[in-house]
Amino acid sequence: MIRLEKRPMPSRLWTVLTPIVAVLGTMVAGGLMFALLGKDPFEAIRTIFYDPLFNDQFAAYSRPQLLVKAGPLILIAIGLSLGFRAGVWNIGAEGQYIIGALCGAGVGLALYPSESFLVLPLMVAVGALGGWAWAMIPAVLKTRFNTNEILVSLLLVYVAEQLLASASLGLLRNPDGGGFPGSRNFQQWEAAANPELISGTGMHWGVVAAFIAVIGAYTMLSKHMLGFQIRLTGSAPRAARFAGVNPVRLVLICLGLSGALAGMAGLFEVTGPAGQISIDFGSGYGFTAIIVAFLGRLHPIGILLAGLLMALTYIGGELSQFMLGVPAAAIQAFQGMLLFFLLAVDVLSNYRVRIGKPGVA
Amino acid sequence: MSDTLLALDGLTKAYPGVIANDDVSFSIGVGEVHALLGENGAGKSTLVKMIYGLVKPDAGKMTLHGDAYAPGRPSEARSLGVAMVFQHFSLFEALDVAENIALGMENPPKRRELAARIREVSNAYGLPLDPGRLVGELSAGERQRVEIIRCLLQNPRLLIMDEPTSVLTPQEVDILFGTLRKLSAEGTAILYISHKLDEIRALCDAATVLRRGKVVGTCVPRETTARDMAELMVGSTLHTPERRSTASEDVLLELRKVSLPAATPFGTSLHDISLSVHAGEVMGIGGVAGNGQDEFLSVLSGESLLAPGHIWVAGDDIGAQPPQTRRGIGVLAAPEERLGHAAAPDMSLVENALLTGSVRQKLAPNGFVNWSATRVFAEKVIADYDVRTPNADVAARALSGGNLQKFVIGREILQAPRVLVVNQPTWGVDAAAAASIRQALLDLAEQGAAVIVISQDLDELMEIADRFAALNGGRLTDPRPTQGLTIDEIGLMMGGAHDMEVAHAAQ
Amino acid sequence: MAGISIELLLASLMVAATPILFAALGEMVVEKSGVLNLGVEGMMITGAICGFAVAVETGSPTLGFIGAALGGAGLSLIFAFLTQVLLSNQVATGLALTLFGLGFSALIGQGYVGIKPPATPDINFGAVSDIPFIGPVLLSHDVLVYLAIAMTAGVWAFLKFTRAGLILRAVGESHDAAHALGYKVVLIRSAAIVFGGALAGLGGAYVSLVRVPQWTEGMTAGAGWIALALVVFGAWRPWRVLLGAYLFGGITVLQLNLQAAGVRVPVELLSISPYLVTILVLVIMSSDRRRVAMNAPAALGRVFHASS
Repeated sequence: MIRLEKRPMPSRLWTVLTPIVAVLGTMVAGGLMFALLGKDPFEAIRTIFYDPLFNDQFAAYSRPQLLVKAGPLILIAIGLSLGFRAGVWNIGAEGQYIIGALCGAGVGLALYPSESFLVLPLMVAVGALGGWAWAMIPAVLKTRFNTNEILVSLLLVYVAEQLLASASLGLLRNPDGGGFPGSRNFQQWEAAANPELISGTGMHWGVVAAFIAVIGAYTMLSKHMLGFQIRLTGSAPRAARFAGVNPVRLVLICLGLSGALAGMAGLFEVTGPAGQISIDFGSGYGFTAIIVAFLGRLHPIGILLAGLLMALTYIGGELSQFMLGVPAAAIQAFQGMLLFFLLAVDVLSNYRVRIGKPGVA
Repeated sequence: MSDTLLALDGLTKAYPGVIANDDVSFSIGVGEVHALLGENGAGKSTLVKMIYGLVKPDAGKMTLHGDAYAPGRPSEARSLGVAMVFQHFSLFEALDVAENIALGMENPPKRRELAARIREVSNAYGLPLDPGRLVGELSAGERQRVEIIRCLLQNPRLLIMDEPTSVLTPQEVDILFGTLRKLSAEGTAILYISHKLDEIRALCDAATVLRRGKVVGTCVPRETTARDMAELMVGSTLHTPERRSTASEDVLLELRKVSLPAATPFGTSLHDISLSVHAGEVMGIGGVAGNGQDEFLSVLSGESLLAPGHIWVAGDDIGAQPPQTRRGIGVLAAPEERLGHAAAPDMSLVENALLTGSVRQKLAPNGFVNWSATRVFAEKVIADYDVRTPNADVAARALSGGNLQKFVIGREILQAPRVLVVNQPTWGVDAAAAASIRQALLDLAEQGAAVIVISQDLDELMEIADRFAALNGGRLTDPRPTQGLTIDEIGLMMGGAHDMEVAHAAQ
Repeated sequence: MAGISIELLLASLMVAATPILFAALGEMVVEKSGVLNLGVEGMMITGAICGFAVAVETGSPTLGFIGAALGGAGLSLIFAFLTQVLLSNQVATGLALTLFGLGFSALIGQGYVGIKPPATPDINFGAVSDIPFIGPVLLSHDVLVYLAIAMTAGVWAFLKFTRAGLILRAVGESHDAAHALGYKVVLIRSAAIVFGGALAGLGGAYVSLVRVPQWTEGMTAGAGWIALALVVFGAWRPWRVLLGAYLFGGITVLQLNLQAAGVRVPVELLSISPYLVTILVLVIMSSDRRRVAMNAPAALGRVFHASS
């Protein structure tokens, strides 16, 4: 009989080890899935995890993609992790990402064809503001009317997707685009472009912002009173109120910050890698970032690593699709599996597994 | 009474790090009222859980009426005639009385039949109950009645009662004892768990004393003095805190008509509470659990905010000020629930020191936490209040209840409060630690602070408080000097047994 | 409003409401036991593809619906194992279920895009269905529409009158108290979770086999989340959940009809109206904190670990 026994303190060792165990477990289960799909599991795993970085043929192309994909994931996940730590569940980052991109792009396009160097910074600010405002809807409804922020933020994703479709077909459509859906391409408009900063690295302003966010979140969580209040609220809400944490303020801060970061990520994406507002601009980063946040144990450094790993599965997934014909959906299932494994092994950091005769009837 | 009903032989149960019960043997006769006596943590709860089938012993055996008895589940115990009235956690607030009772029975009759039986049995034993009422709306005493009736409906041969009087007024205790004597006379044995010696002497035929999981003695309570039993239980002579009244004429804390609506469906609301506490005074607030103690603390700590003008501290109007501002002024509090309210279970003692210490100890100037200063503060609390812990990085939940309580109380007192409010300062704490906490509270008052002690332990309040008032249904009685106050007067202040009439009226 | 027939509207309302009614009823039972499973969307979409695949392969819609229920229940077993045995966070695990379900269903569904499933026949009520208005509105449906209503009655009766229902509610109210009385909290909750998964699967299959009927990726389009909101709307009471589902079905059908009729309202506004209405309803229902606290199971979402 196996039973669980609560540890007096969370195990530091297992806190670090669990993500690694989860990744290994996912590789095994994923390999099994690939085998069932009729693919060679070892080749599939190698194509996903190894080839994008080290394959002679593709690595030169795919390596820069690592930062391109990881940037928005990390930026969004950092914001989400603050809320998740405080027990504020923003799962509508995808919507905030879209709205941020729409707002920022909208303001930018209104200024077209200005050549001012202020265009991009302004767009970034408006993008953050847009994401913030979209996140403020669930935040205000929660604090004012006690409405569940999980459902509201999620339902707003569907609303945002409709707005995106509408904007790319109507309001923001490129007037010179011959009637095709989609906005002007920002990459071709220097003042608004978010270019690759160092050639061959994939580094763009969004990646820079992600790194700053990691450092900022780390500093806040470990050194600042606000970070302490966030951790305290998540760990013991009643003790937090006793300590004087204002729960309303905290909900507004957590949702607002995560919304702003998601909006900013959207803006960097639309002016950089994506290039334009289009119907399929919503890429699922907002949802994958949830996995990244958990995989990184809600810790800034962990999120940095998890974001890179998750980016790798994206690129590797595309590569395996191209090379082996592994369906794109398999990668999505693979990522979901990773979260399952992580949650499953997470038990080890808080509980000890005892094997022996049961003491509890 | 010579027939043995239940015999325990060498029961042993170990948990990692502690032996909860070590070779425990004793027996209970038919119709006997048997006391199981011991301090908090002596192993009483584990022992009764084994008898009730919630926990399996590592070693040892039991016999019931001479037959081997090893219940694997509570339902098995119940079907063999062993019933238990819990101290906590066995009622469902959102369900009604009849549903709660049905859940504790193996084969409950149809609802209408059950309701009739509840009325009949509860009246027969002087514990009237309305089967249709939601349990959440009942007083603590009435809730206990639900549990007792639930047991009685199954005609138990042995009734286990875990600290039954802690939720009762003195008048309600008398009624309960009447019921228990009647049951005993009818042949039902009662295993009565308590650390209240006077009760045991009044009620029980025999007593077994546990200390650190072992049987350290047996006695006939009626023939043994309370002092002897106490020493058997604690293992050393008790130190009573020194008491000297240091109350001055200056009013330090004043509550003016404080009212607060209930926060939850089954919560208590406060009504028109007015109270003045003097510098150097210890004010005792008594009352049965659930009569507004938590809410009373929350309006003083600042967790519940009021409109301005209702709470004054030496000329400052603090009623609308948030907790941190109040701490700045010197109003500190220590809530009853240590884990999760007074302290964050998964955080270290250093972090828990920051929890209330940040303002007054200036641990986070301009928002950034000075962790080394925080550590120094935490270590001072640990050293000054004899908190047994390997170091300050240990999570709060790893500490024993008593040690954590010392940490919580010490954390507040070391911040030199002008007003300190504590709820149940010695609940679940062993006798030696309780004595030192009480002494610390008296010392604080001596230095001129106003101290409010909320407690359900009347002996404690009589020992340390200058004046006494009781919370009853969210209202506070007029305070009276503790000197010369009789137990009957206290009981009446706590509401007597008035909810009996409510229950009658509801029929 | 010309061209919109009230009869047709009401009849298709019942069809539109059925998938979310199934899912919401299942989730309500899960929540009544004190567990919050946010994976409804994932279980629905899994049910949608499982049901579709089985129905196409066997040619039997009945087997399809059974397969859907099994698929949804299977996925929910993962949730039960993670949250009840390994004590994982229910919110995170529910999200994982949804993310995984979306990917997993897309994977299985690869070969089924563009195929027509076998038709699910309407029940023949004989001459009764010729009654004007009532016939076309109420008596022109397949068996699942009526099964969903029967399920509502069943869940209501189960919770209100049976001992098992009482135990389920008790576990959702206080797992510690239930454990102290000797009830198997983990087992009871796991059973509720699997039941919820099966119903979500049925609901999903109703989308892919009847309502649409074909398979496209992510075709449940948030229905699972709306089902979650309906549980709040219904204040954890079966008949009010049914009412909510029908109201929501009405809005969906109405906006589709308005779009088709070319009403001068932006299409986007019409398409987002179901989501906006859901949010609005959530706000109204939850603004009375006391009432929510009264109705919601007290132990909802809390992790149970028997420490003694």
